[in-house]
Formats: sequence, C-alpha cells, structure tokens
Amino acid sequence: MEPTTQSKELTNEPIPQPTTGESWITSRFEALEDWAQRHSFWPFPFGTACCAIEFMSTVSSHYDMARFGSEVVRFSPRQSDILIVAGTINDKMAPVLKKIYDQMADPKWVVSMGACACSGGFYRAYHVMQGIDEIIPVDVYVPGCPPSPEGLMYGILQLKEKVVRDRAKLRKAGRKEKEAGEEAVGETGKGGEEAAA
Amino acid sequence: MTVDEPVAAPALLEKYGDRITPQDGPDQPTWVVRREVLADLARDLRDHPEARFDLLLDLAGADYPARAAGGPSSGGGERFEAVYHLCSLPRKERLRLKVPLPEADPVLPSLIPVWKAADWFEREAYDMFGFRFEGHPNLRRILCHEAFQGHPLRKDYDPARRWILTEDKIYRPQFDLPEGEDDMFERMTINIGPSHPAMHGTFRLVAVLDGETIVASDVEIGYLHRCFEKMCETHVWQQVIPYTDRLNYCSSFINNVGYCRTVEKMLGVEVPPKAVWARTILSEFSRIMDHCVCNGATLVDVGALTNFWYLFQPREEIYGLLEACCGARLTVSYCRIGGLAQDLPPDFMARAEKLLEIIPPFIDDVEKLMDANRIWLDRSVGIAAISGEDAVNWGWTGPCLRASGVAYDVRRAHPYDLYDTVDFEVPVYYGGDVYDRYRVRMAEMRESLKIIRQLLDRGIPEGPHIVDDPHVALPPKEACYNEMEAMIYHFKLIMDGIQVPAGERYDMVEGANGELGFYIVSDGSSKPYRIKVRPPCFPIFSTFPTLIRGGSVSDAVATLGGLNVIAGELER
Repeated sequence: MEPTTQSKELTNEPIPQPTTGESWITSRFEALEDWAQRHSFWPFPFGTACCAIEFMSTVSSHYDMARFGSEVVRFSPRQSDILIVAGTINDKMAPVLKKIYDQMADPKWVVSMGACACSGGFYRAYHVMQGIDEIIPVDVYVPGCPPSPEGLMYGILQLKEKVVRDRAKLRKAGRKEKEAGEEAVGETGKGGEEAAA
Repeated sequence: MTVDEPVAAPALLEKYGDRITPQDGPDQPTWVVRREVLADLARDLRDHPEARFDLLLDLAGADYPARAAGGPSSGGGERFEAVYHLCSLPRKERLRLKVPLPEADPVLPSLIPVWKAADWFEREAYDMFGFRFEGHPNLRRILCHEAFQGHPLRKDYDPARRWILTEDKIYRPQFDLPEGEDDMFERMTINIGPSHPAMHGTFRLVAVLDGETIVASDVEIGYLHRCFEKMCETHVWQQVIPYTDRLNYCSSFINNVGYCRTVEKMLGVEVPPKAVWARTILSEFSRIMDHCVCNGATLVDVGALTNFWYLFQPREEIYGLLEACCGARLTVSYCRIGGLAQDLPPDFMARAEKLLEIIPPFIDDVEKLMDANRIWLDRSVGIAAISGEDAVNWGWTGPCLRASGVAYDVRRAHPYDLYDTVDFEVPVYYGGDVYDRYRVRMAEMRESLKIIRQLLDRGIPEGPHIVDDPHVALPPKEACYNEMEAMIYHFKLIMDGIQVPAGERYDMVEGANGELGFYIVSDGSSKPYRIKVRPPCFPIFSTFPTLIRGGSVSDAVATLGGLNVIAGELER
C-alpha cells in the first residue's frame, strides 16, 4: 500500500498505515507479563535521609528515571511493586519499614539505596539498624553515601534482569505446588489444603 | 583572653551573690549557676531591661565522670552539667549558663515558663542524660525509641548497645481534651506518618480533628536519630567532618564550615584568604540549594509540581561546581580544619560565572508562576502565622524568624568569613505566615547571588588553600614522598590526629535554616569530648503543634514544608 497522509476532515475510518504486512507476533503470555513488569516499575520511595534527596534528583528532569519506566512513584505500599529504601533506618523506624513491606502485594522487590540502608554505613551506633536486611529481604544493594543517580539507575537496571529470573522461579515453584496439590487430591480425595500446608 | 560581661551583670551578680560564679570563657561570658536560683535568674535575664536575653539558643548536657570521681583535674565538681546558651537580640550579647548537677539527683527546674523553646531541649537532655526537669508537662523521650533503656550520651554508655523496638511498644498519644461547646462533628484522631510524603518521610503527626479542624496534635520525631553526637566522641577531630555533612544534607557545605570554624578558633589557627573566600562563595551556593529544596518541596506539597522541577535544576547545576571542587555532589566534606580539602579547580571562576547566569531565570520563573497565584495565595497567606515576639520565645532563627519581622541574621549580627566586606540586604517580611516564609527564601536567593557576584569580582585570592601548619593540615603529597620531616608529620597526624587544647567553645554560622551552632568541649585529646549541635530547625519544629491548631490538615501540610525541617539536622 502506498503511504498516505491523513485527511484534514475527521472520519471514523482507520487511518491507513504504511506497513509491509500485518503486525503481530506470537509469544507466551508469561513472556508478555515479564516484559510488562520489568519495564514498568511502580516504586515506593521509603526515603528518610540524604539518599532521599539524591532519589529526588534521579526522578527529576535532569536524570529522568522515566527513561527506564520507573517514574510512577507511589506512596501507597498497596500500589507499588518495588520498595526503594533510601536513607538510614534506625530502630525506631524499623517496625514501620517492616509494616510497609508486609503491606506490599506480591511479587515485590527491595532496593537498598546507600550505605546506611545496606549496612548501617558509618553509623555503628546505639540507635541505627546495621542494614535493613536485618528485617526484610533485599534484592539489590546500591553502594554509595549517597549513591549518585547513575548508581541508582544501574541498580534499577540490574533489578530488571532479576525480576525476570525471579518470576521464572516463582512460576516454577507455583507449578510444583499445584502439582503437589493435585496429587494430594488424587490420593486422599480430600481438599488440597493439608498438602499445601 | 576574656570577653565583656553583659551590661546587666553587676546588678544580677549582686542580687544572686555567691550563687553565681562568673568564669573566664574565651568566646562568651560564662556563669556557673546553682540550680536553686536557675528559674529566678532565667526570668530576670529575660525581663531585666539591661539584659533582655530573649532567645534561648540551646541546652546541652554534659557528663564529666572524672569530676565526680575526684580525679586530679576534677576540681571536686559534680558529674553532670547542663549548659544553656542565651542570646539577646536587641543588645547582641551572649551568655552561657552552666548548672552543675549531682549524679544521684540530676534534677533542675523547667524553664518552659520563661522560654517555650526549652520544651524540646529539656526532653532531649532527659533522653540523652537522664536530667529531670521539674514542672515539665511532658517529660518523655524524644529522640530514642520507647523501648530504649539508659541514657546514651552518658560516658558509661556503650556506643553500639542497641535496643529493639517492637510494634506493641510504639507510643500512642492520649489527648485529654475538654468537650468544646461548638463541636459540630464527632472528634476523630488520625495518624499521619512517619512514612507519608506530606511528613517528608520521617515525622509522625497525630491529630485530633473536629470535622476538618485540628483541635489538638502531637508530633513524634526520632525516626532519623542516628547518634551524631555519640559518633563524634568516638572519632578523631577530622573524622567528624563527614558526619557534619549529614546534618542538614541539603546544604552540607555550611555544616562543614560551622564545625571547622569552631575547631579552628579552639586551635587558634588562621585560615588562608583563599579558603575563606571559597568558603563564603560555596556557603552561599549551598544556601541557594537549600532554599530551592525547601520552596520546591513546599510547593509540591500544595500541588504545584512544576516549580519543583524548576527549582531542582539549579541544584543540579550547583552540584556540577561542587563536584568539580571535591568530587561529591551532596555530602561534600570539602572543608578541612584549617582550610579546604584541596585546591579550587582551574575552571572554578568560569563555572561560578556560568551559574550566576543560569540560576536567576529559574527563580524568575517560579516567582512569575507563584507570587500572584490565586491558589497558592489562598493556601499560604495567613496560614500558620506567628508574631515575631512569639517566634523568638520559641527559639526561632533564620528565614522563618525573618518572615515574622525580626531581622536577625548571624551574617549581619556577628559577621564571620567575608560577610562584613560585602554588601547585602537581610530580607524581612512581617506576615509570619507560610507565604512570607516562601518570600523570604526567594529574596535570600537573590541576595546570595549578589554576595557571590561581589566576591567573584575580586578574583581568587593568591596563596594556599589550607593553613601551612603540620600539626593541623597534612603536608602536600609531594613532600610526604620526598622529605623525611613531612612524612613524619603525615604519620603523626594520621595516627594521633589533631590535638585540640582543652577548653570549650560555642561558635555559630548562619545555616540555611537559621543559627547553626556548635558547642564543643575538648579535654586536650585527639577526640572531641563533647559536641553539641544547635540545630536551627529543632526549636522551630517544636512549635508545629501550636502553629497548626485551628487549621485544617491541608494547612498543616503547607506549614510543614515552609518550616524547612530537615530530619538529619533535627534529630542528628
């Protein structure tokens, strides 16, 4: 078909596109899901200290984290899938962080931004948690005090790869669990709850 | 060297007789006061027509176990000491009160009836040292969590001893409120924060609402208390500098300057002109950065997101200059005791000139968008207003105080570095509300640019960037590798650190939030004995529940942004 330009009059007809054929691809649904999840993170910025300022720089226009599909910052844990812990977490904040993490829906990932969140940093002190992995699991550690925006972006890019691997693992685990459940149903004739438990 | 006693001193010293003992202080007059007369003396100091100490700057605790044990240099004193720093704005006088307290019974009267600023300072002294203040209405921990045992700044507390807080122990404020006559709605208590964007991630507000109106509230802080003062006591003098970066991390360079200046005064070191020049310029750039964050965050909290992007761009540009100087963007640690960490980059002038061109259009844009913006005016004019007199009584300093009509600026009242040689205005507004706080900050950015302009016109002063004193500053790398003497000095300085002569000193700079003071005690060893920071936003934030009473929750959000409370500095 020859390329055409759009008529100035509005019509309901679809605009003819200069294509060489119909555009469609075949894939598995899981691959589509993986692709969508890893290219559109909804981060929850748990920012407490200096790192939060660098986080702001990262999402601001100069560095623009939107280029990596991670700019939809959500302050509700129910709407987020990655938790970016930016700043020192002390013993007073620890129960809060744990609660926020627990409130996030699965699957979820955690980025520990900066030396304090990773290890307590240079605050080896009476009120500072020596790394958030004391209470929640961490997927990516970004070093620095604070990390440069480039460092945080690199961490997010690493997380993208990990998300795909993790989702594959989760699916595998899910299938096994399902099979085990079906077997249990076949053997005992009861519900699968016991077997799952 | 001694300093002049306050004008009111003879009258008061006569009145209180031997219950006040004046001491020689190298920086400001110091009185050792018996605790029985503290409350009366405080009232006299505030109200005496020749004294008028209207501003309580700071209350620091200190622990001297050696004194109580009767060591050689003990002087037979008591173990604890409460140190008050007072300032008289009309007379520009300063005074330090030291109140010795026995170990068995560290009790002293609360000074809240005289200075409201004492409220949180007393709670902090209780938390850190276990001092008990008689008459304090709400004497509970402020920085450490509820399950914490002991008082961490006492010398016998292990710096790494932690306590675990479980969820069931979290503090839940109780409000005992009389029923109002015109209550239209059922009262509701809501909790905002600490993990809430309007609370900037680290404060917790519990408010009782009558419909939309806040009738009572309580704030809880300490979610970023990271033991700055205890950490200082376990590190040598130079190693404290990176910790000071993380106080007010929006303008970390000013903190560096404040700390280094105080130590330099104690050492009696003269900083080379080049370092002084660069410190003044970079302090002003840092002030611009800080005001950008504050105003940007305030405006984004009320929904004006565009301004946030506009105001963050100048920050990125200034980061470029700081990065060229020292390699870091945010937490710079560019100062050293005696000067700067390294020489200025060759393109310093060009970069600074470029910044002076880049920054003003951003300020113009924001002012065009906001100054007459109907929504912004409705959200800010008359909101959380405070009179100048009240603000001083609450211990306010800095832009927030100047928005209430009190023209107190450390750069003007007690000039340091090059501030007495440049021409600048101290912007003052009189509304005392959220809008005027915003206006003061916008005006100050322009004044800062003016100061930088004048200094750049003078050119970079000749000479070294750090003092040429091998007991304070490391010799140049070249010399360390080639000369025996330099290598020995290098070794001594790295292994032993700087030896600061015994004594105490309070010194201040104008931080981006107000008077940033450092009260430092040295016992002559290679580590500080005690460092107390006077954080400007600590007394300001203690006013928050009073400011938001009677307003709506959305007013509280706008108010918090305008106060520029930085958690790192607030809680240290």
